[in-house]
Amino acid sequence: MTWINQVVQGVLLGGYYAVLACGLSLMFGVMRIINLAHGDLVVLAAFIIWLIVEQSGASPFVATLITLPVMALIGWALQRGLLERSLRTGMLVPVLTTFGLAIVLQNAMLQAFGADMRALAPQIGDLAFAGWAIVGEIHVGQLSILIFVAAVLLLGGLHIFLRRTAFGRQIRATAEDADVAELVGVNARATFAAAAALATATTALAGALMAMRAAYDPYSGPVQLIFAFEAVVIGGIGSIWGTLVGGIVLGVAQSLGAQFHAQGFLLAGHAVFLAVLAGRLLVDRIRSGEGLQRTLGLDS
Amino acid sequence: MTQPGIRVTHWTQASSRSVGFVVALLVALIFVPLVAGANTVDRLTTLYLYVILAAMWNALAGYGGLVSVGQQAFVGLGAYAAIKLAAYMSAYPALIIGGLLAGAVSLPISSIVLRLRGGEFAVGMWVVAAIAHLLVILDPTINGETGTSLLALSAFAAETRRAVNYWLSQGAMVVFLGLLFVLLRSRIGAAVQAIRDDEDAAASVGVRVLAIKRLIFVLAAFGCAIAGALWLATAITFQPRTYFGLQWTAYMIFMVIVGGLGRFEGPILGATLFFLVEEIFGAAGVWYLIVLGTTAILFALFAPRGIWGVIEDRYGLRLLPLGYVVSAIDIEGASPPSRTPVRETEGETISSAIKASAQTQLAGSEK
Repeated sequence: MTWINQVVQGVLLGGYYAVLACGLSLMFGVMRIINLAHGDLVVLAAFIIWLIVEQSGASPFVATLITLPVMALIGWALQRGLLERSLRTGMLVPVLTTFGLAIVLQNAMLQAFGADMRALAPQIGDLAFAGWAIVGEIHVGQLSILIFVAAVLLLGGLHIFLRRTAFGRQIRATAEDADVAELVGVNARATFAAAAALATATTALAGALMAMRAAYDPYSGPVQLIFAFEAVVIGGIGSIWGTLVGGIVLGVAQSLGAQFHAQGFLLAGHAVFLAVLAGRLLVDRIRSGEGLQRTLGLDS
Repeated sequence: MTQPGIRVTHWTQASSRSVGFVVALLVALIFVPLVAGANTVDRLTTLYLYVILAAMWNALAGYGGLVSVGQQAFVGLGAYAAIKLAAYMSAYPALIIGGLLAGAVSLPISSIVLRLRGGEFAVGMWVVAAIAHLLVILDPTINGETGTSLLALSAFAAETRRAVNYWLSQGAMVVFLGLLFVLLRSRIGAAVQAIRDDEDAAASVGVRVLAIKRLIFVLAAFGCAIAGALWLATAITFQPRTYFGLQWTAYMIFMVIVGGLGRFEGPILGATLFFLVEEIFGAAGVWYLIVLGTTAILFALFAPRGIWGVIEDRYGLRLLPLGYVVSAIDIEGASPPSRTPVRETEGETISSAIKASAQTQLAGSEK
């Protein structure tokens, strides 16, 4: 029963990872950039929400709604000010600039908010701990369910937006080939900026959920980035629903790993990520007709 | 390589002189511990380790096109391996062998991460560093994040330790810079730069992309692991959080980007600048890192070739040349060959330089 419980908790945790990962995936899918500051933007959003709640006494949910456009604006500015220029100079520079941004954000947040751990759990009252007992030992928290539902709604919304709306088509066309999109009248520059805004807006939601379910500090960003990246890679890069699959696989692995050992939570997650990566590379190579020896790199 | 009337050489007079100067300087530096104070020796030791780290990161990113944000994995593993080995042998052999063992870990790791490209490789290495950190904490003798110390070092007098650390660090720096210099000037060097410029194009002309990337990756891992072990020799305490910290990558990126990405001299200049910045402003925590990060971003955006790149472009200066100099020599041959340097160039643009040179030569013979 304990094991089933762990799996259930892992699946629900996967919802959080999906929210965390979809912005990263979108950014990569459209602009081919892996934003190394993604985790730190999530933490920044969490701090903004915390600040609004602290200053105005508003509910964390209202504060999240206010933070969404703020993060979107930051994403837009990021694309216009930093990423656009980075992209022009090849593949190396975006990695460098977003890493630089990550370092700057982490330390700027430390300067502004101090090193204390913070959480929004006290502000959401019962929701933080209330839950339902399903059968036997299986107990699901209301917050976990809320997060999972939020994930499904967010991914569903993104899916419909990208598949069914004119603007979504525009984004997909630009992602496919910016030059050709320009030929048929799309303003690629504006589209990229809009996509960056959209991707970064999701960090507001991720930041809110992170702060509600756990404590965080200015240096929490890198771990969030790693989780997001693992979910994206496990689920398949650039796929919206893939992030949910990847998130669930990652969540279940971590949840089961935690049963074995205190550090097992993180280790099991990393192990699954590496296994998926290695497995996929192996399959790719064998499919492309290389022998097993070359695949394993034994010849070089 | 040579065509009639054209001479292709590695060396210019300036670069022969500068290499001579560098060798003389390195020999002179050997004697520093005998004459200078404790503080100077310690600081120079730190500088040498920075140079190793920067040169290794430059080899990865500047030549191999591999931007890693996880080299701290090897820094930490180098120190960790040294601590473990010190239980079985004297401290200094443990540091060296530990560094080498940790570097060797990069071989199996390379099988997976080198299949990733660009940003994926960057985060992939980040995950590798996170895993290495977690595994080291699992070792009960390390006491989790509290860490431990390389107590075996206390067998040596402080004076001896300081001097030995200095010589080992200088030696490691010379070995790794030397290896890199020889490697980049060999045929492999041309292949490495071809991969940096265009991986697919390099593969299409028969460069064994994966094998060469692996060579660079493994070399960089050895360098970082040895630097980590030697850092432990100077610091004595081992705290996993510090050795596996992201700040290493931040330092490496800063040194290389500011000094000059993809130039041999760049990371040496960058490490020296970084060292001076640290000396002047002190490693004053938060603001210090904010300024470092911002500077790295600005350089990456507006001067991606770094300070050395700018110097090189403006003055044509190349002190430790990796490329070739193409010069026209007088075809009549009556006078001693007048060497007109036409253009100094890295491997990939050599054909255009030969053309340019041939034109100069034609113009000359028409007179």
